[in-house]
Amino acid sequence: MMAGSIIDALEISWRPVFAPVVVVLTALAVMLVGSRLGEEESEGLGWLSFGGLVLATLCSLGAVGEHTLAFSGALIVDYYTAFFYCLTAACAAIVVLLSLDYVPALALPSTEYYTLLLMATVGMMLMAAAGDLIIIFLGLEMMSISVYVMAAISRRDPRSSEAGLKYFLLGAFSTGFFLYGIALLYGATGSIKLEVIARALQTPALAASPLVLLGLALMLIGFGFKVAAVPFHSWTPDAYEGAPTPVTALMAVGVKSAAFAGFLRLLLVYLTVLHVQWGWALWVLAALTMTVGNLVALAQDNIKRMLAYSAIAHAGYVLVGMTAGSAAAGAAVLYYLLGYACANLGAFAVLVAVERAGQPGTTLTDLGALAKDQPMLAAAMALFMLSLMGLPPLAGFVGKFYVFSAAIQAGYVYLVVLAALNSAVSTYYYARVIAVMYVSEGAERKLRPRGPGLLAALAVAVVATILIGVYPRPYVEMAAGAYASAAGFARAGVKAAFLSH
Amino acid sequence: MTANLLTLIIFVPLAGALAVALFADERSIWSASFIFSLIPLALSIFLLIIFNPGNNGYQFVERHTWIADFGVSYHLGVDGISLFLVPLACLLVSLTLLYASGGEIDHRPREFCFFVLILETGLLGVLLAVDLFLFYVFWELTLIPMYFIIGIWGSQRRVYAAFKFILYTMLGSLLMLVALVYMVLRARGFYGAATFELTDLLRVSFNHKEAVWLFTALALGFAVKVPLWPLHSWLPDAYSEAPTAGSMLLGGAMFQMGIYGFLRFAIPLFPEVARQAGPLFMALGVVGIIYGALLALTQSDLKRLVAYASVSHVGFVILGVFTLDRFSVEGAVYQLVTHGLSTTGLFMAIGMIYLRRGTRMIGELGGLWRPAPMLGAMFMVAMLSAVGLPGLDGFVGEFLVLLGAFFASWQAAALAVLGLILGALYMLWAYERVIFGPLAKPDASETTDLRPREVAVIVPLMALMLFLGLYPRPLLRRIEPSVIAFLARAHVAQPVELSSSGAKAGDLAAFGIVQ
Repeated sequence: MMAGSIIDALEISWRPVFAPVVVVLTALAVMLVGSRLGEEESEGLGWLSFGGLVLATLCSLGAVGEHTLAFSGALIVDYYTAFFYCLTAACAAIVVLLSLDYVPALALPSTEYYTLLLMATVGMMLMAAAGDLIIIFLGLEMMSISVYVMAAISRRDPRSSEAGLKYFLLGAFSTGFFLYGIALLYGATGSIKLEVIARALQTPALAASPLVLLGLALMLIGFGFKVAAVPFHSWTPDAYEGAPTPVTALMAVGVKSAAFAGFLRLLLVYLTVLHVQWGWALWVLAALTMTVGNLVALAQDNIKRMLAYSAIAHAGYVLVGMTAGSAAAGAAVLYYLLGYACANLGAFAVLVAVERAGQPGTTLTDLGALAKDQPMLAAAMALFMLSLMGLPPLAGFVGKFYVFSAAIQAGYVYLVVLAALNSAVSTYYYARVIAVMYVSEGAERKLRPRGPGLLAALAVAVVATILIGVYPRPYVEMAAGAYASAAGFARAGVKAAFLSH
Repeated sequence: MTANLLTLIIFVPLAGALAVALFADERSIWSASFIFSLIPLALSIFLLIIFNPGNNGYQFVERHTWIADFGVSYHLGVDGISLFLVPLACLLVSLTLLYASGGEIDHRPREFCFFVLILETGLLGVLLAVDLFLFYVFWELTLIPMYFIIGIWGSQRRVYAAFKFILYTMLGSLLMLVALVYMVLRARGFYGAATFELTDLLRVSFNHKEAVWLFTALALGFAVKVPLWPLHSWLPDAYSEAPTAGSMLLGGAMFQMGIYGFLRFAIPLFPEVARQAGPLFMALGVVGIIYGALLALTQSDLKRLVAYASVSHVGFVILGVFTLDRFSVEGAVYQLVTHGLSTTGLFMAIGMIYLRRGTRMIGELGGLWRPAPMLGAMFMVAMLSAVGLPGLDGFVGEFLVLLGAFFASWQAAALAVLGLILGALYMLWAYERVIFGPLAKPDASETTDLRPREVAVIVPLMALMLFLGLYPRPLLRRIEPSVIAFLARAHVAQPVELSSSGAKAGDLAAFGIVQ
């Protein structure tokens, strides 16, 4: 980065952002090809998007060893970024697989659908790589605006429009908070660069200034909306229920992971100085989010709403890890998100497979006696529920275990006991899904033929849920390495800045 | 062969479960799963034979690193406390499968065999794991198969019972998990590296406040599973709503898990707290004995009667364990085996009656001896074993527990004896109403007697009941070293100091129980 010419700087800078660029190019290609193709050929667009996302995932694997600042520090490309590039791109790829049959069945406009999906993915990737507050904001907006439209894309279904509108109104509101927070933080520290902000906050007087604290609080609110933390969660159930199911999967997994990626880097890596201030706020958020999410999930008969509240509850467990604020906690959160993504994507894949055209609201009774008609599908769903429940030796259990131990280590024993009690409560609604599939009688169902894409997505989710749980070692190391790389970057940055003064 | 013996015992059923899932034909499913359950049984009998009775530590140890970052290892071992529970679990699973194939499980046999075999893996893992993480994994693994067994093949209120079962157990086990994690992190401060090894954790010193909380969390997890009064309310529902095969496994092979947790983990890890809490647990045990017996007296459903009898019996075992006396702990361990046998026998008898008469209500039964004398005789043996008739297996354990308890607290022992008397009362009274007396309905005279398959299931049980009642020495001889090691760890420094002196061994010999 010491090079003199702009061209040199550009040359160095492009390679690390290869993965998002691939996704952008794919989006453009989808738009071009889509304008030529008729709606009935939407599957081709799907496979095109899938190819682009797989390519992006592979490219992000190439970024694992990177340790670079791109675009004069606006993007940080390190192992942490690579981890979330992979997670979000792979998640989007699986969502594409879920959409292959779904888009034509619901007569959704395929060109727009896939383009938005890809642009949302770019937004997620930007959030993971953001090195300054403006990029976080840009990423957040790119992701959110695309997903608002996707939630409302089923134009014939009033619930879809309602979902999109609710999500948009509350989301836009929260963006305001977030932007205000950025402005205050900028005003206090004179920079939007995370690194410079972190350095400025080393001054105790500044760290305690009301401007900084108010800015932090407003940004927490903005993030709270995106990850659906209680009390900022009220949009979630309606948006999840109304949106087309693959979009719900994207919201529950992709959007949430990306928001946590930005959140985690900001708080745990750069704003550690303020841990005393945001620690207790997250403590309260975590406790509320887990408890409300789990308790309300108990009463849900619509399985998408149930999964919405379950997603809220899981955000609560992630917040428990973040509250701890230690390096172990950071790694634990990354691992947790991985396990959560596998089980949740899998669960939504099953819902897509079960859903009948024209009936987007999948109630619990729609799963009735699934074990008799579709034993493999039911077994897969049971597996995902058990992983979300946190039963060993599945991925969800190891994630919970990792987060709990990080939090206990940091001294948050009460919070972990609360989390454990909450997990016990969650057993009920997950077990209920299993009971409905295996025990109760169901109506005769005619399932739509399932394409190879959906089956592949299911197979990946099943294998990953088991593998990550039974043999967690490589993934634990991956999570620890990713977090360490982000933290190392921050430390080196702060130190270098000190030296240059 | 012996290097991986324990792994084989644990995982052959799992392999069997996966294999059975591939079969389609009902007959081959039953026979394949039965054969797969016989392999670990044979291996565990082999284990019994080559076990060295003089050694009080873990034998046939296997140890591999599993998740290095968390200090988790795949560590198995067997000692005198778990030695007999392993073949017992294997035997009961085999008998359950044999029994269930006789027509009780009339739909979805493949899933049934699958879940029973998974359950067997979990049960055996719980008994053989020395690493606490591994223990927890197996502990939770037993939960889901039983949830399905109750939920799918149970009777009317099966879904309610299955939920109650899983919620109670999960609540306890998650608190246990938090305690485990806390302990391991403390161990990390102690050793510099995280470890889930029981042997390592035993050397970590906890301050008193920590120890109290950790013991409470562990004890809660185990007490729910035992179940200890007043945490027992899931049990009558689970036992009575489960299909007979499920009740046999619950009452015969799963009830040991909680007690085993106390013996293996909770008490050795926190001996001081355990000693302080001893009187409380003894009291809860005694309350359980009386409470279970009184409620059993009032039941009109045979299965609920046996369920409450179980509450009463586990009270005995808890009393024995927390007396922390050599007699009583040996008796308690012995009862883990014998109570498993008698409960299984009773549930089987009830299941056979239900298959023939279509009811389990005591009031609707009667006079079954005349048409089905073998059934009546078998019921009687199981019942007398449960009541603790001398000469049958139940007596030995109860006697030892009471002997130890008298030294510790004669009041507790006296109340426990009252429970014994009540036990004889409710069992004999129920037996009289069901088997003797006039025929309840005219068509009862056509009740068929035992079929060959049922005889095959019963004979091993009856033979063991008789053998263990008449000749307990082979078991006690192998249990004793481990119990002594357990008590040394628990530091019994209580008023009954004489119990840990040499006089005690002489006493045992005087009673002719141990040479």
